[in-house]
Amino acid sequence: MALLGPNGAGKTTLVKILTTLLRPDVGDAFVNGWNVATEPEKARATIGMAGQYSTVDGMLTGSENLYLIAKLRGLGRRTARRVADDLLSRFRLTAAAGRPARTYSGGMRRRLDLAAALIGAPPLIVLDEPTTGLDPESRLDTWEAVGELVDDGTTILLTTQYLEEADRLADRITVIDQGRVVAEGTSDELKATAGNRLVLYVAEDHDLAPATRAAARATGATPTVDRRARRARRVEAAVTDGRAALGRALAALDEEGVDVLEIGLNRSTLDDVFLGLTGSATRAEAQPGGTR
Amino acid sequence: MSTPVRTADAAAAAGTGGNRAPAAGGGTRLPLPAGPRRNPVIRVAAESADLALRNLLHLRRSPGLLVSSLFEPVLFALLIGYVFGNSLGGSAYRSYLVAGLIAQTVAFTTSFTTVGLARDLEQGMVDRFRTLPISRVALLLGRTTSDLTNCVVSVAVTTACGLLMGWRPHTGPLHAAAGILLVLLFAFAMAWIGVFVALLAPNTQVASSLGLIWLFPATFISSGYVSSTSLPGPLATVAAWNPITSLAGALRKLFGNTPPPRFPAQHGWPAQHPALYTVACSVLLIAVFTALSTWRYRTRTNR
Repeated sequence: MALLGPNGAGKTTLVKILTTLLRPDVGDAFVNGWNVATEPEKARATIGMAGQYSTVDGMLTGSENLYLIAKLRGLGRRTARRVADDLLSRFRLTAAAGRPARTYSGGMRRRLDLAAALIGAPPLIVLDEPTTGLDPESRLDTWEAVGELVDDGTTILLTTQYLEEADRLADRITVIDQGRVVAEGTSDELKATAGNRLVLYVAEDHDLAPATRAAARATGATPTVDRRARRARRVEAAVTDGRAALGRALAALDEEGVDVLEIGLNRSTLDDVFLGLTGSATRAEAQPGGTR
Repeated sequence: MSTPVRTADAAAAAGTGGNRAPAAGGGTRLPLPAGPRRNPVIRVAAESADLALRNLLHLRRSPGLLVSSLFEPVLFALLIGYVFGNSLGGSAYRSYLVAGLIAQTVAFTTSFTTVGLARDLEQGMVDRFRTLPISRVALLLGRTTSDLTNCVVSVAVTTACGLLMGWRPHTGPLHAAAGILLVLLFAFAMAWIGVFVALLAPNTQVASSLGLIWLFPATFISSGYVSSTSLPGPLATVAAWNPITSLAGALRKLFGNTPPPRFPAQHGWPAQHPALYTVACSVLLIAVFTALSTWRYRTRTNR
């Protein structure tokens, strides 16, 4: 399950409440059935947390880090040692086990962080923006590790501002904005709610204005025009009634007397859903995950 | 900030795998992962010991952390013993001084506690520990106990400096042992103040300056270096009741060091029962600052 939202949407706040780092001002939150405000100890016992704001101890080696967490989770010395070794090999860190974590690459640190979250086999793993600030290679690395967890049947609550990440890793996606849930569903369901998009390309700059008018008339939505790509003068608008809108668009273009190079209906991407749901263009710019 | 209500809703949904929890009940409670059920006191002790060992590993990995514990005492011994020492009574003064230096050294090691904890807070280690099902006091207790190591190192260096300056204990090993115990107890108490200062500070930089600043008046307005009676007006009263004064006084008694001839004698209950007063102060400090720190740790939210 992914929690998707732009910066400042409340993802981390929610995570902090769930992991009992923050107390909710109002309302109740339950983790695996345990109220985080009244039974934080028990809620904590059922959660493993990794990501943006949790960290590994750079001064300790990989295996010491995991051993410490295992001991703190109440495992005995020998069990703790075994669990640490198992996780190190599972996350391909055995070779680096004896090195201080501060010498690890970003991807290795995140893997160690993930491994630490798994100790004690908590039924829920919370990953707060697990790939924020990672280079593409480390991101793929982390995705792979998370993917394996999901395949193994671990329940994961993932927060992210990367649409691709949610699309790829999550069965269910909840989109939040300014502390409110604005949409919920599987990736396909969300894409379906946004409908399709009418996309057309014109050959000349002076064709853009009439083409935009035609698209607006046909869809009832405000079209967006992409002038940045020089060769592709592209007009896009959201449509809800697919084929009929396409027919209206062709008629409208005919009336305007514009030639089009290409016209068609595209299935929405998660980006479209996200930007449509979280509103204004300024905020779309402020959220780096929107672009690849 | 209209966040919480909806957030909580979403939380409930998330926590129960998509089924919205009924407002009153809270959904099915998943069983807690099996772990050995232990007596809470033993549990806290074990968790604190694990965390203390972690801090000691830090010292081993980066012995540079001990540099200030090693050199600060030498610095103070030189500065006070030889810059002021000769005007205050020469070698007789330096013998008197050592107990004061030890008391001050103990106090100054708390800045190490402050910085260590502040760094953990800033780097997010504390958040990691806070998401674990461990006692809230364990992290703090681990810190205050492991930092006794620094204190021992510093006190050993101070003592060595003292011996080089001509100071000698004139009593038996039992008295010396009592002195060491008293120093450790007081160091532990002071460390809790250091913890509280770290929890007040918004970041490591502020913590490291705050952690030092309060130590200067706290240690110098005492009879660590001079007789408290020679201080003007209210400062004399503060100094007389300052536990640094009583620790230094108790150590002087335990080691059999007498003040230099012209030093005015000290009066008052703490001066007459310095060891008892130091123990009482330590216990009080531990009680107050453990409570304050735990409260602050519980309620502190990281930005």
